[in-house]
Amino acid sequence: MTDSKYFTTTKKGEIFELKAELNSDKKEKKKEAVKKVIASMTVGKDVSALFPDVVNCMQTDNLELKKLVYLYLMNYAKSQPDMAIMAVNTFVKDCEDPNPLIRALAVRTMGCIRVDKITEYLCEPLRKCLKDEDPYVRKTAAVCVAKLHDINAQLVEDQGFLDTLKDLISDSNPMVVANAVAALSEIAESHPSSNLLDLNPQSINKLLTALNECTEWGQIFILDCLANYTPKDDREAQSICERVTPRLSHANSAVVLSAVKVLMKFMEMLSKDLDYYGTLLKKLAPPLVTLLSAEPELQYVALRNINLIVQKRPEILKHEMKVFFVKYNDPIYVKLEKLDIMIRLASQANIAQVLAELKEYATEVDVDFVRKAVRAIGRCAIKVEQSAERCVSTLLDLIQTKVNYVVQEAIVVIKDIFRKYPNKYESVIATLCENLDSLDEPEARAAMIWIVGEYAERIDNADELLESFLEGFHDESTQVQLQLLTAIVKLFLKKPTETQELVQQVLSLATQDSDNPDLRDRGYIYWRLLSTDPVAAKEVVLAEKPLISEETDLIEPTLLDELICYIGTLASVYHKPPSAFVEGGRGVVHKSLPPRTASNESTESPETAPAGAPSGEQPDVIPTQGDLLGDLLNLDLGPPVSGPPLATSSVQMGAVDLLGGGLDSLIGGPNFVAPPAAAVPANLGATMGSGLSDLFDLTSGVGTLSGSYVAPKAVWLPAMKAKGLEISGTFTRQVGSISMDLQLTNKALQVMTDFAIQFNRNSFGLAPAAPLQVHAPLSPNQTVEISLPLNTVGSVMKMEPLNNLQVAVKNNIDVFYFSTLYPLHILFVEDGKMDRQMFLATWKDIPNENEAQFQIRDCPLNAGALLALRGCEQQATEQQHLHSRQEERGRPGYALPVPEAHQRHLGAGRAAYPARQPQLHAVTEMSSARGVPTRVPGLRDHSQELSSHPVPTPAFCQP
Amino acid sequence: MIHSLFLINSSGDIFLEKHWKSVVSRSVCDYFFEAQERATEAENVPPVIPTPHHYLLSVYRHKIFFVAVIQTEVPPLFVIEFLHRVVDTFQDYFGVCSEPVIKDNVVVVYEVLEEMLDNGFPLATESNILKELIKPPTILRTVVNRSTNVGDQLPTGQLSVVPWRRTGVKYTNNEAYFDVIEEIDAIIDKSGSTITAEIQGVIDACVKLTGMPDLTLSFMNPRLLDDVSFHPCVRFKRWESERILSFIPPDGNFRLLSYHVSAQNLVAIPVYVKHNISFRDSSSLGRFEITVGPKQTMGKTIEGVIVTSQMPKGVLNMSLTPSQGTHTFDPVTKMLSWDVGKINPQKLPSLKGTMSLQAGASKPDENPTINLHFKIQQLAISGLKVNRLDMYGEKYKPFKGIKYMTKAGKFQVRT
Repeated sequence: MTDSKYFTTTKKGEIFELKAELNSDKKEKKKEAVKKVIASMTVGKDVSALFPDVVNCMQTDNLELKKLVYLYLMNYAKSQPDMAIMAVNTFVKDCEDPNPLIRALAVRTMGCIRVDKITEYLCEPLRKCLKDEDPYVRKTAAVCVAKLHDINAQLVEDQGFLDTLKDLISDSNPMVVANAVAALSEIAESHPSSNLLDLNPQSINKLLTALNECTEWGQIFILDCLANYTPKDDREAQSICERVTPRLSHANSAVVLSAVKVLMKFMEMLSKDLDYYGTLLKKLAPPLVTLLSAEPELQYVALRNINLIVQKRPEILKHEMKVFFVKYNDPIYVKLEKLDIMIRLASQANIAQVLAELKEYATEVDVDFVRKAVRAIGRCAIKVEQSAERCVSTLLDLIQTKVNYVVQEAIVVIKDIFRKYPNKYESVIATLCENLDSLDEPEARAAMIWIVGEYAERIDNADELLESFLEGFHDESTQVQLQLLTAIVKLFLKKPTETQELVQQVLSLATQDSDNPDLRDRGYIYWRLLSTDPVAAKEVVLAEKPLISEETDLIEPTLLDELICYIGTLASVYHKPPSAFVEGGRGVVHKSLPPRTASNESTESPETAPAGAPSGEQPDVIPTQGDLLGDLLNLDLGPPVSGPPLATSSVQMGAVDLLGGGLDSLIGGPNFVAPPAAAVPANLGATMGSGLSDLFDLTSGVGTLSGSYVAPKAVWLPAMKAKGLEISGTFTRQVGSISMDLQLTNKALQVMTDFAIQFNRNSFGLAPAAPLQVHAPLSPNQTVEISLPLNTVGSVMKMEPLNNLQVAVKNNIDVFYFSTLYPLHILFVEDGKMDRQMFLATWKDIPNENEAQFQIRDCPLNAGALLALRGCEQQATEQQHLHSRQEERGRPGYALPVPEAHQRHLGAGRAAYPARQPQLHAVTEMSSARGVPTRVPGLRDHSQELSSHPVPTPAFCQP
Repeated sequence: MIHSLFLINSSGDIFLEKHWKSVVSRSVCDYFFEAQERATEAENVPPVIPTPHHYLLSVYRHKIFFVAVIQTEVPPLFVIEFLHRVVDTFQDYFGVCSEPVIKDNVVVVYEVLEEMLDNGFPLATESNILKELIKPPTILRTVVNRSTNVGDQLPTGQLSVVPWRRTGVKYTNNEAYFDVIEEIDAIIDKSGSTITAEIQGVIDACVKLTGMPDLTLSFMNPRLLDDVSFHPCVRFKRWESERILSFIPPDGNFRLLSYHVSAQNLVAIPVYVKHNISFRDSSSLGRFEITVGPKQTMGKTIEGVIVTSQMPKGVLNMSLTPSQGTHTFDPVTKMLSWDVGKINPQKLPSLKGTMSLQAGASKPDENPTINLHFKIQQLAISGLKVNRLDMYGEKYKPFKGIKYMTKAGKFQVRT
């Protein structure tokens, strides 16, 4: 006689029979019938037809029967809203019951009935229950507010339940406090903007007190809530940490992880020299290790979080390598995570052990795991230089096993090792070549082909090897085809005599028989390069490659910092910010680590505090060529533009650069000329242009400069504040048009699209003259340069300071606001030159009271100095005349009243921007370095005159 | 918070569903089934599965998948811990946690689940409190099936300062037993040296004491315990300052403390395994020989020794002779299992013989790993010793007992 009998009746007249039983007079029979109904409901049968009969059983003193009916109601009220009203009276009555259990049960059940009509009746009983004398009822009622909010948020706000809930945070009973916090957190999640959990030191103190006494689940809610608080200084942070630390010894792993989150976050505020900081670090390690001895599911979540923690603060677990060693019967998802962390913790001290383990894993059964283990060996070699040799020999041992997937994996990682340590381990190539035939995966084939091409001069039969791949060229994947093309071109450049035929063959295969545009374009580029200038081709194709960075798989720092704030949540399991996956972006609040503000050194401004930049060391990523190029161009323009390098591979970069800079006129293939702007950041192009026109001006003797000073780009919107979008920019004025040069960098992990920009009303009516055009979606880590034309026809409102501009930028993620100051000179028109008489007349027209006088002290650039500077640059005399005129006209007090004033009217216009002179230099150098002078007659002489030091001209530009 | 719970048996039937908020269609489980299909074994199903609108978090216990459905950002450990608590509660209520038992007690199960969560927030998860709210089925009630199993009084412990303990507990025999159980997790390499070894220890208690006793437990060598997790009843301050466990115990069985002795301390390894497993390239026969012997046992006998090993796929059959105990080899799963029993240090148990390998196939790539199970009574391998147990607050004199045991956890020997 067990409950399983309820499941057995499957007859047709079942519902009918149940109906009869439910209406029976006998209590026992009724109860049995309700049980049967519940059982049917549990297994998913539809028993909603019995609604009125079941509700009739509700008015009973029998608590069990009552509970069963409540269960039924919760399930079906939604589908029978009219019927559900019948139950309301009983609920209201039950809320007054002397037994607190029944009061709580009634208010709890009512909250679960998701019918609008019922919620109206719920308000009064709920209000009473929130103030009930029994804490059990209060804590149940607190949760009920959250339920009600879910059904009808407006009602909850109107009825003032939120305030009552906030009051419950100060309740005497810790359980009530915990539930109130939980309810508020849930409500706050759907209202990211509302300031529900307004935490202050007093309320924090209450929470910390409740933390010690409430249940484990309550502790989780309170800890998660604490993690959102930002202490005002390091002392407060330390005192909170001290009170949270005991939670690390809790048996419930969720409590432990939530405590770890609070500590990791607040640690950011503590100074590293503090004794307490060290103590805390030590205390964090044991609980994390203990999590790994729990059930595999818990281990998995713990490992994902440890992965983040290890990246943020590697010192915590650096001695605990051994606990991450894989047991052969760990579930696969645990194994893979452990492997990841092992690599992160690998260092010179423990590399021997790690390698021995990895080698062991490489002989296991599970293919995925073995592959990852082999890959891990390669990553160790790249990470710990001292171990590289041992790693390579381990990999060779593994290749000897001849297990197919092990060999392929090993070859892929050996290629990476070659790229990290070129010309060091080439002796192994022979062994690799022996396994050529067994490679059937594209990645491994591509890696092998790359190796053969790269070291073609050391492999006697390189041509034969590559030729063997060429046979099935069209059946290969794109990856292999591209690699094969490059490898054969490399081979040709190294051994031109024997391989002419081969290179012809592959070029025609790539350009004529392929449908793949990438392949075709690369083929054409090589072809033309080779046919026009083999020396240049050599420079491009055989250029020295940048070493690969050791930490390519690190999470980028802004994201890591955000994820640290989400330790223990789903975000930390997926290593994505919640905005990336929480449905509809609802309730996503961007969190960031608190900046370190010490109580005794409050002078530190938030900008300089390590909020954006993690206090840990930045991974040293080796700059790619693109970056170096940018640096070169930037030489004297100010500090190099911060931001990740252009997301182009080095080879492509070199090619585009060549074409854009010097070879386009030589080659003349229209589809190969990349617009220079694609390779050169827009603003640099602009300054270069202006520099060039300057020179033209000089030679032709026309005294108007079309360009003007461009300030270096400043970061306007840091990625931390804009969900990963970083905007830096500057303003320029060229030939009468103002533009805002923006550099958008995507530092998030998702693609950004749908950009738009808008200005607030400002003093001079600046407004975008065209919409913000970002043509392609901005993929992660990509940077794009945009020049946004501006005009001054927008609506005017006086700003404080006068040149303040408030900007809103929108993308598919959110809208971001920032404000910036624009230099006034961008407003000055070029054609404002005045006749001497007219100028004096205008000057006199200005009332005397508008004149203010002051003396500029310690100004090194007086007129004489400027003239001297100019003199040594052998400027045209015309220019000097102009300049002295400017000096003469430049009087203080003239600039501001007329927005569209001529720049030249202000002597200060020049004196204030002394950077201009060296800039001219740099631009000229660059233009010659990029081969422009060879094509522009008349310019060459100037550039030679102007550059007093030798110009580093790349060899390939010389004939 | 937690939206719904589905219980799924190993053949893929959803046999129970419970919703704490609105009803989530059971079709959401299709995503789970997909993941289950991808993972070849039940143990390998990933614990967190994303679906377009929900997240499925699952644990696999007693051949049942407990799948929780959540919709918003919820700490996954919170959910998984809760699921474990559900399993523990079922076990506590019904003795075993299996599909038939859950079906037999569906009403109680439903009532218990309802009591454990409210709107997805945990409500009462302490089994002491639950048992007062919903009485566990007893033989009498099952037979008669009449009296109610729902308590109509608010559980007294629910809101007291010691929520884990009922008031008004009475026993005629007052007794308190503590079991110190240590499990060694170790990886031993081919040559017999220890790669990693650590100890997971727990102190499980069975306390049946009248009234509100206040206990203190002290250790001879508390410095061993630097990584501990306590039952909420333990006063943490006292431990921090004096290294004494001071607590008002819950009634009945509970885990007082679990601790972890890390790999950095030297861990004694009580057994060794000598092995000689060789596959020869040419012949279709391989040699197999293992011997088990005691190492650092502090003079105690090693019992309950079981050796298991997953042999490579190429092994067709094995013909072995044990010097003691019994052995089996399953040619389908390739699992070798040798039930050794006690180890007599004078006459070491060994298992010798040959393996027949697939003809013509090359030597297997992987070497089998040997898994070892054993027990040592009256020994805590870490050296932890309880000094004394004192009781305050009550007048009577309780009967006190302490037991030590060492077991193998994940004890693996690579060959």
